[in-house]
Amino acid sequence: MQTHEVIIQPGRSERHYWADLWRNRELMYILSMRDVSVRYKQTALGTAWGLIRPLTTMLIMVFVFSKIAKLPPDPGVPYPLMVLGGITVWTFFSTAFTQISNSVTLNSNLVTKVYFPRLIMPISAVAVSFVDFLVSLGLFILLAIWYQFIPDWHLLLLPAFIVLALLASFAFGLFFAAVNVRFRDIGQLIPFVVQVGFYVCPIAYSSRLVADKADEWWAPFYWLNPMVGIIDGFRWALLGERAYFNPKSLLISVSIVLVCLALSLYFFRKRENTFVDDI
Amino acid sequence: MSVISVENISKQYIIDHQKGKGGTTLRDVITENLKSLVGKKTKTSITHEEFWALKDVNFSIEQGDRVGIVGHNGAGKSTMLKILSKIIQPTTGTVRIRGRVASLLEVGTGFHPELTGRENIYLNGSLLGMSRTEIRKQFDAIVAFAGVEKFLDTPVKRYSSGMYVRLGFAISAHLDPEIMIVDEVLAVGDAEFQKKSLGKMRDNSASGRTIIFVSHNLTAVQALCNKTLYFEKGRLIEQGETNQVIASYISKVSKTRLLRQWDTPEEAPGNDLVRIRRIELVPEYPDNLTHIDVRTPMTLQFEFWNQMDNANLNLSMHLNSLTGECIFNVGTQSQPYGKGLIAAECTIPGYFLNDGSYTISMMVVKDTVTPLYVMEEAITFDVEDYREGIAWYGKWPGYVRPQFPFHIKMLEPVASEQ
Repeated sequence: MQTHEVIIQPGRSERHYWADLWRNRELMYILSMRDVSVRYKQTALGTAWGLIRPLTTMLIMVFVFSKIAKLPPDPGVPYPLMVLGGITVWTFFSTAFTQISNSVTLNSNLVTKVYFPRLIMPISAVAVSFVDFLVSLGLFILLAIWYQFIPDWHLLLLPAFIVLALLASFAFGLFFAAVNVRFRDIGQLIPFVVQVGFYVCPIAYSSRLVADKADEWWAPFYWLNPMVGIIDGFRWALLGERAYFNPKSLLISVSIVLVCLALSLYFFRKRENTFVDDI
Repeated sequence: MSVISVENISKQYIIDHQKGKGGTTLRDVITENLKSLVGKKTKTSITHEEFWALKDVNFSIEQGDRVGIVGHNGAGKSTMLKILSKIIQPTTGTVRIRGRVASLLEVGTGFHPELTGRENIYLNGSLLGMSRTEIRKQFDAIVAFAGVEKFLDTPVKRYSSGMYVRLGFAISAHLDPEIMIVDEVLAVGDAEFQKKSLGKMRDNSASGRTIIFVSHNLTAVQALCNKTLYFEKGRLIEQGETNQVIASYISKVSKTRLLRQWDTPEEAPGNDLVRIRRIELVPEYPDNLTHIDVRTPMTLQFEFWNQMDNANLNLSMHLNSLTGECIFNVGTQSQPYGKGLIAAECTIPGYFLNDGSYTISMMVVKDTVTPLYVMEEAITFDVEDYREGIAWYGKWPGYVRPQFPFHIKMLEPVASEQ
């Protein structure tokens, strides 16, 4: 065992922070497994809940937006399939974002008793949402088979959009996680943000509807929402050219996400040493 | 070689005082900032108070040292441990640590009630810095040490508190760090388990490991540690050999009052009939000891002025526990005395009182029935614990701890099978 010297000083972050993070990958894995395994303990339906939630949301939206409001899907795409694609990636983003934001406060018992790179908490917090995402994606595949919908080469780009959605959840979640330690207002704010996001993002409708209204005053603001490009892109990867896709909005999404991620990460690292004093 | 060196460590906390509200909300901060932006400072604004949990602490610890940390609640012991464990950052100063550290600030850190014993072993083990391979290797030993074989697949929320604590300690006892930081873990669990865990810690220290140990249990610190640090109000006020530091800690802590005396009858307590001149408890310390422990014999000396002609007097001494219960009462014979100064002496043998705090009251009685004067709680003293050849550090029960003859012998030996 090699002995290395650790120096503790005010304001000094671990020099080997990222190496430390890597060394603790087992802890990351175990904390993820804890969240996943705790989630469905003592529930009668167990993992079936992962299926029930997206399914009912989809059915309700099909009923409200397609049957009552008569929103048109992209031409050639069954409306339920379009909605489920949107729900799948949005739910992935929003639960990951919520869990990241709450990760530090939920683990306060660990923060006050052991040292580890604090980034482990938000990273391991996304495991649950990823499992849910896989279930929801499975549901999508079943529905696609039902509609005899065959994906094409676009599917190869799907992982890129999954990663992008994940990065987006970190870009916004890390900032909130650090602020949440001091201001518990964040706990109230997040469900609200998620609810608003559900309607301003193209989930129940296609961005094509907005593109058709390009001369409206609010149209430019719509494209500034980084989730628009990600959701459109995700749907495009699943459904192919028939789905609406605007490369320019994807570019906006990627740049906003990367800039926010860098700032969030910097902020989180800056604050993490004082978490224990504020929690 | 010093494995830990601590230089000028201070930790400051800012305490927000706010009228009628707890916690900071975003609104408070925003309104405060807005108000100061406009230039209005309201009277109800948040006031800040600085509080130094630690101030200018310096020490170093050598390889293989077993260091105890003693002090009152709020003296900064736990803050020091948390700084050494990298959990909190100091406000000033530098700590250098050479070697792998495991800190044990709590038994069963991160245990999740819904998870089984097995799952929690992996969870807690990896939180304490063990790899999964290490945990797997030690798994059976941990389970056997905790004695929870039958409940491995039961959620720990169904464990008894004893089992929970045993499992938690068992995991940490199987860590293999070079430096071990332990906070009060011996305060939990039953006597049997305390004995086992202290034994385990002593085994660890025998293998050259450095141990830092915080405890309120001075006996345990004495048994385990060769060096001791004494903290008071955030400052390290004494460090050195355990026995020496503990003795000075005890002498500073106790409210001991062993002597009271008055030079003239005029200023002495009492009445027209009797006046007290002196009451003193004189311990017979063995070599090097400067405090009373369960071994120490003590003599109570009492002098008073009798101001009556020919009165039948006797003395009655009450020894009370701190809670006011009388543990015993001894009296003298009643005898006739004329005016003058009278002296009396009573010896309390060693190996009689249990450890604890006691007070002595003295009563002067006339004609065996009429109390003339009662001096309540004239003497206050503490008896410290002392044990030899006993690995159990729980509180010894009872008010007295006499060593009555107690014989034991083998009646019918049975030849061993082997």
